[in-house]
Amino acid sequence: MLFISLIILSSIDFKAFDTPNDDGTSITLMWQSDENFQLFEIYRSETADGFFEKIGEVEGVECTYRDVNLKPGSSYYYKILGKKEGITVSSQVEGPVKAIVQYFNLSRLPMAVCIIILFSAIIYYITRAKKRGKLFIRKIPALNAIEEAIGRATEMGKPVLYVPGIMDIDDPQTIASMSILSRVAEKTAEYGTPLYVPTSRSMAMTMAQQVVKESATRVGRPDWYNPDNIRYITDDQFAYVSAVDGIMVREKPATNLYLGTFYAESLILAETGHSTGAVQIAGTAMPDQLPFFVAACDYTLLGEELYAASAYLSQEPVQLGSLKGQDFGKLIFITVIVIGVLSQLFKWQFFINLFNVE
Amino acid sequence: MMNTIGIWIGALLTLAIYSFLYKDNPFYKLAENIFVGVSAGYWAVVLWFDYAWPNLFEPLFKKGQWFNIFPIFIGILMFAPLIPRISWMVRIPLTFTMGVAMAVSITQIVQGDIFPQLQATFLPLTGVSFFDAFSNLLIICGVIFTLIYFYFSKEHKGVLGISARIGIWFMMVSFGASFGYTIMARVSLFIGRIYFLLHNWLGVI
Repeated sequence: MLFISLIILSSIDFKAFDTPNDDGTSITLMWQSDENFQLFEIYRSETADGFFEKIGEVEGVECTYRDVNLKPGSSYYYKILGKKEGITVSSQVEGPVKAIVQYFNLSRLPMAVCIIILFSAIIYYITRAKKRGKLFIRKIPALNAIEEAIGRATEMGKPVLYVPGIMDIDDPQTIASMSILSRVAEKTAEYGTPLYVPTSRSMAMTMAQQVVKESATRVGRPDWYNPDNIRYITDDQFAYVSAVDGIMVREKPATNLYLGTFYAESLILAETGHSTGAVQIAGTAMPDQLPFFVAACDYTLLGEELYAASAYLSQEPVQLGSLKGQDFGKLIFITVIVIGVLSQLFKWQFFINLFNVE
Repeated sequence: MMNTIGIWIGALLTLAIYSFLYKDNPFYKLAENIFVGVSAGYWAVVLWFDYAWPNLFEPLFKKGQWFNIFPIFIGILMFAPLIPRISWMVRIPLTFTMGVAMAVSITQIVQGDIFPQLQATFLPLTGVSFFDAFSNLLIICGVIFTLIYFYFSKEHKGVLGISARIGIWFMMVSFGASFGYTIMARVSLFIGRIYFLLHNWLGVI
């Protein structure tokens, strides 16, 4: 069978341009045609009359193509062949098109403005806190209960168990947990109560050891510090929780503190701790795990309260100031939501589009 | 033959772990220690072959990327606590890791969480059906009242207190729904384990 291949220079309306807001390694091609092609083949050359190399093909319903992994600053020429039923139609050669680096992604300008506003508010309130001293923070019941729970463990002559979550120190919740561990370690060192901190990550263990050691030194009890009480168990989620459960039923701590990032092991921990009769205080920003902690623990820090805990317990101006700055951010977000809802009502599409994320 | 041995080991370890539901016992301790030891060894191998070797040592030794010596040196500082005189140097890799992670997470959180959630709350209250308008109003109010609950700078009294209480009610309703949904998933995991015991191990079903 002979296929008649007819190449016609015809009307594929085609343009090629540097991809906006990229790192200078891509060029975007867009075209349209009245013909119902089955296939489009894309060709590229570095000179207008040189050899055109096929770089890709797309189905006939597509009308865009992004050529990637290009050399920034280099110029290229493109053409497109549309194919259907043995007929090939070629577009004109488009070029030279240069792939240019954009050093600032303008589509993310609203994000930059948001971050600058939040940072400015935090810096302002930190400065104000340093000048005026204490700033007001409302009572958080779960945090008041921590000191009582540690006192209970001391009276009963039993240890305190502190679980800092199962993620590493690059996780914000783990860092917040370490701040709280510092305050808990100060109290337990003061009272001479043993503190067990089993960790699921080796770096978290190292950090916990440093935090607890410094806390003990700060309250004048460096002799109380025992590095063997702060152990790395394993990276595996359920192996870790089975070991922590074993610690709970054998060491029988009077107080269990679960503060950090948790996943499916949260209910296993909380239920086992409850069965031993311990007072349990939990805190996490994982929405799926909060229900289990709320159901099985005596007190729960919900989401943001975990991050506020360190400022609340320490009352340090820097931390109080940053918390105030974040509160200012929340007020801005509430205002933005109200304006956004009004935008839907009055069709202010430009405001809604400001929050498009690429 | 190996498959049969594997099934028997899996079944006996499963029963040993489940024995914890009664009380702590030597079988559970044995299973726990096997689990911890095997998983720690497994992750040590994974971390070396999937992370340390291809990202650090192979580029250094085989591709001549000499600047990889810097992150390797920072990693070695993690062992500084073993030598009391230089134990303070462990703070360098810890603070470096935390600082980089926090800086990277700022744009991640703004781009991945805050902006999409804000835009998702720009919901129409007119031009839609009554049910959709009511549903949208619930979502908008739930988000705003929950944000008010997490406002720490003022005591929750008066209007602020009422708004915060409404916010906590919204959260508790969502916690209840999430609880029920996740319990269903956990029960299906349990069914999977029981099926393994009764079908693969005992062959009674």
